Amino acid sequence: MTFKAFLIKYAEIGVKGRNRYIFEDALVQQMKYALKRCDGEFSIRKEQGRIYVDVVSDYYDYDEVVENLSRVFGISHICPMIQLEDEGFEKLGKDIVKYMDEAYPDKKITFKVNARRARKNYPLTSMEINQALGGMILDAFPEISVDVHNPDVLLSVEIREHIYVYSIVVPGPGGMPIGTAGKAMLLLSGGIDSPVAGYMIAKRGVKIDAVYFHAPPYTSERAKQKVVDLAKEVAKYAGPIYLHVINFTDIQMYIYEKCPHDELTIIMRRYMMKIAEMIAKETECIGLITGESIGQVASQTMHSLAVTNEVCTLPVYRPLIGFDKKDIIEISEKIGTYETSILPFEDCCTIFVAKHPVTKPSLAIIKKHETHLEEKIDELVQTALDTDEVIIVR
Amino acid sequence: MEVYLDNSATTKVFPEVAELMTKVMLEDYGNPSSLHFKGVDGENYIKKAKEQIAKVLKVQEKEIYFTSGGTEADNLAIIGCAMANKRAGMHLITTRIEHPAVLETMKYLEKQGFEVTYLPVDKYGQIRLEDLKAAMRRDTILVSVMHTNNEIGAVQPIAEAGVLIKSMNPRCLFHVDAVQGFGKCRIWPKKMMVDLLSVSAHKIHGPKGIGFLYVGEKVKILPINYGGGQQKGMRSGTENVPAIAGLGLATQMIYSGLEADVEYIYKIRETFVQGVSLMEGITVNGKSGKDTSCHVVSVSFAGVRSEVLLHALEDKGICVSAGSACASNHPQTSETLKAIGVEKHLLDSTIRFSFSVFTTMEEIEYTLQALREIVPVLRKYSRH
Repeated sequence: MTFKAFLIKYAEIGVKGRNRYIFEDALVQQMKYALKRCDGEFSIRKEQGRIYVDVVSDYYDYDEVVENLSRVFGISHICPMIQLEDEGFEKLGKDIVKYMDEAYPDKKITFKVNARRARKNYPLTSMEINQALGGMILDAFPEISVDVHNPDVLLSVEIREHIYVYSIVVPGPGGMPIGTAGKAMLLLSGGIDSPVAGYMIAKRGVKIDAVYFHAPPYTSERAKQKVVDLAKEVAKYAGPIYLHVINFTDIQMYIYEKCPHDELTIIMRRYMMKIAEMIAKETECIGLITGESIGQVASQTMHSLAVTNEVCTLPVYRPLIGFDKKDIIEISEKIGTYETSILPFEDCCTIFVAKHPVTKPSLAIIKKHETHLEEKIDELVQTALDTDEVIIVR
Repeated sequence: MEVYLDNSATTKVFPEVAELMTKVMLEDYGNPSSLHFKGVDGENYIKKAKEQIAKVLKVQEKEIYFTSGGTEADNLAIIGCAMANKRAGMHLITTRIEHPAVLETMKYLEKQGFEVTYLPVDKYGQIRLEDLKAAMRRDTILVSVMHTNNEIGAVQPIAEAGVLIKSMNPRCLFHVDAVQGFGKCRIWPKKMMVDLLSVSAHKIHGPKGIGFLYVGEKVKILPINYGGGQQKGMRSGTENVPAIAGLGLATQMIYSGLEADVEYIYKIRETFVQGVSLMEGITVNGKSGKDTSCHVVSVSFAGVRSEVLLHALEDKGICVSAGSACASNHPQTSETLKAIGVEKHLLDSTIRFSFSVFTTMEEIEYTLQALREIVPVLRKYSRH
C-alpha cells in the first residue's frame, strides 16, 4: 500500500480567530522547509481548514517524510492517506476492504467508519456510507467487529473531489508554527541545556537566532564545530538559525586579570548577556533565551541569576528553570542533541573556573569590582562585536 | 607560515607516489583476480610493491601480506597467532606502552580467555630484558613489542629481545609493531628473529588505508577475515592496488638515501631540543641524541595545558599533537607517559613534536620563537 497524500491536523492554531490564516501560512512555510530535507517532490494545499501534503513525484520515502513532518511545530497529527477516484460506490467498497486488509493484517480489532461528505451531491449521506461500508468490512472479515464508542481503528472516509481514506494517526510535536511569535536570541554553549532551551521556546512559535562565545586558543575549532552541529539539530525543528560566533578571549583574559577569580564566571556571564542583548537588539530579537536551571551550578543559584539578569533590559526566557538535570537530558535525547552535547570539548564557561566560585554574589560588590574594568572593557566589547562571525545553520 | 610538526600522526605523500597512484586509478584499474590483461596489469603492481618491500626488509616476497594499515596488521598478527596456537598455550606478553591497536587487541583476547603480561618500561620508555625473561613461560605463544614508541620515540632492544625469546622458547612467536620505526632505520626481521612485523604506509609518505604484515615463511597464523581467498586466503578482499603501488614506491623512496635523511632529521630534532631546553619549566621526555628515534620529541611545559598550547600554536600555523588528549569532562591520560613516570601535573602539559625530511630549520626556528612568545602568556593565565 502506498500513501500518496497526508492529512495534517493542527493543534492550537484551530482556535485562533480572524488571524488564523497567519498561523496556517506559517505552518505551511515550515512544512515546506521540512519537506525540502526529503527525497521526492511534494505540494501542500490548504482546503477548508485542513492542510494536505500531496506526493507529486513517483518516488518518496514514507518514513523520512513522517519523521521530518513530526518535527514541525504546530502539527498535532499526521495522517497518511490513500486517494481514490469516485468510480461508484461498489468500487469504493472493494477498495476500502482491500485497504483494511493491507493495513491490518491481524483482524482481531474493533473499528468504526467515519464518513464525511464535503461533496454534497454524492448519492449517499454520511450515515448511509458509514453503515454500508461497515457492513462490507464485516462481511469480508469474520473476526473483525464494530465498536462505535471506543474503536481500535477509526476509519475516516472523506468524499471530496477525490475520496480520501485514512486510519493511521502519527502524533506531531504540537506547539505553534515557527514565525508566529517573534524572534529571540539563544545563548548557545556546547552543553546539554542550551539546545533544549532553544527547542522549547521554538516550540511556542518563536524564531531562534543564537550566539556562541568562542575563546581560542582555550577552546578549539572542534568545540565551535560542536556548537554548529548542535545548532543544526535544533534547526531541524526551529528552521534556519543565524549563529553569531563572538571571540570572547580578550574579554575573558581582561576580567581574569582585573577581577577576583572567584567572581570570574559571574562577571563573564554578565558580559555575555550584555553582548547577546546588543546583538539581539541589532537583529530584531525581542528576548533572550538561556538554558539556566536554578541551583545547577554556582552561576545558576538564585543569587547568581539575579546578578546576571541585572544587565539585561530584554526579557530573558529560561524554559528549564525548574527542571532537574535528568529531565533535561531526557528531552535532549528525544530531540537528538544529547550525543553531540556530551562530546568532550572544553567550552568557554569551564575554562579558568575557580575551585570555589561565589554562589551568593552580591550585586553591589560585583559592580564595584567591575569598575576595575572601566579602562578597556568598552573597547574590548566593541572589538568582539565587530568580529562577529555569522554562520547560517540549516 | 604553515609548519607541520605532526609527522607521527601522518605524513605528506611523496608527489611521485601520488602520481603513480593516479595513474593506477585512471588507467591500470583492473582487478588483480581478473584473468584478462587489465587484471594482469593490476597484479603486476602488487608484485612490484612486494619486491620493493622484500628488498628493504631482506625477506621473501611471499612473506608480505597487505592490510588496510597498521591497526589491521597488528590485529591479524596477534589474533591470528592466538587462534592458530591456542593449543600450545594461552599466554601472551606485550608492553605497557604499545599503541591501542595492540593493547586493545590484547584486551579482547583476555576476554576470550587468554592471559596477557604487560611489561613495564623504565623512565626512558624502554623494556628491560630481565623483565621479559622473567615473564616468559612454557605456554607463552606470542611476544609483541613495538619498535619505536609513537609518543616519546623510545626505541626498543628488538634484536636482543628476539634472541632472548627464541633461546627460551623457540616455538614462541615474536611480533613487532614497526609502524613508527619503519622508514627511520634498517629493520631486518630475519636477523632480529622477528616472525611478524606490522607497517603502515602513511607514516612514510605513502597513502592512508594501506599497510602490510610480514609473516615469516614458517610462521602459522590464521586469517581474521574470510571471503574470496585473495592473498593466499590470509587476507580476503580485492587488493587496494593503487595504494599498494603507492606503498611500494614510498618504501623504495624512503629507504634510498635513508642514512643521510635520518642524519638530517636528527639535526632538526637536536636543534629543536637545544632551543626548547633553554626555556624555563620544561622537561624533554625520553632519551636524547641517537639513543632515541630521530623523528619524535615529547616535551612537558609545566603550568600550561597541552590542549591550549596546541591551539595557540595552531593559531600561528603550527600543527602538533597533545602528548595526552585531555578535556575537562573526559580525562584520558596517556598510558605511555604514565608508564615512563611523567609527574601527574605534567601529564596534561605534554606536547609531541614530530618531524620528517620535509621539516626545515627555518620552521624549527619559527616554532621555537612561537613557544617563547606563547608559553609565558599561557602560564600567566593558567587555571588555579
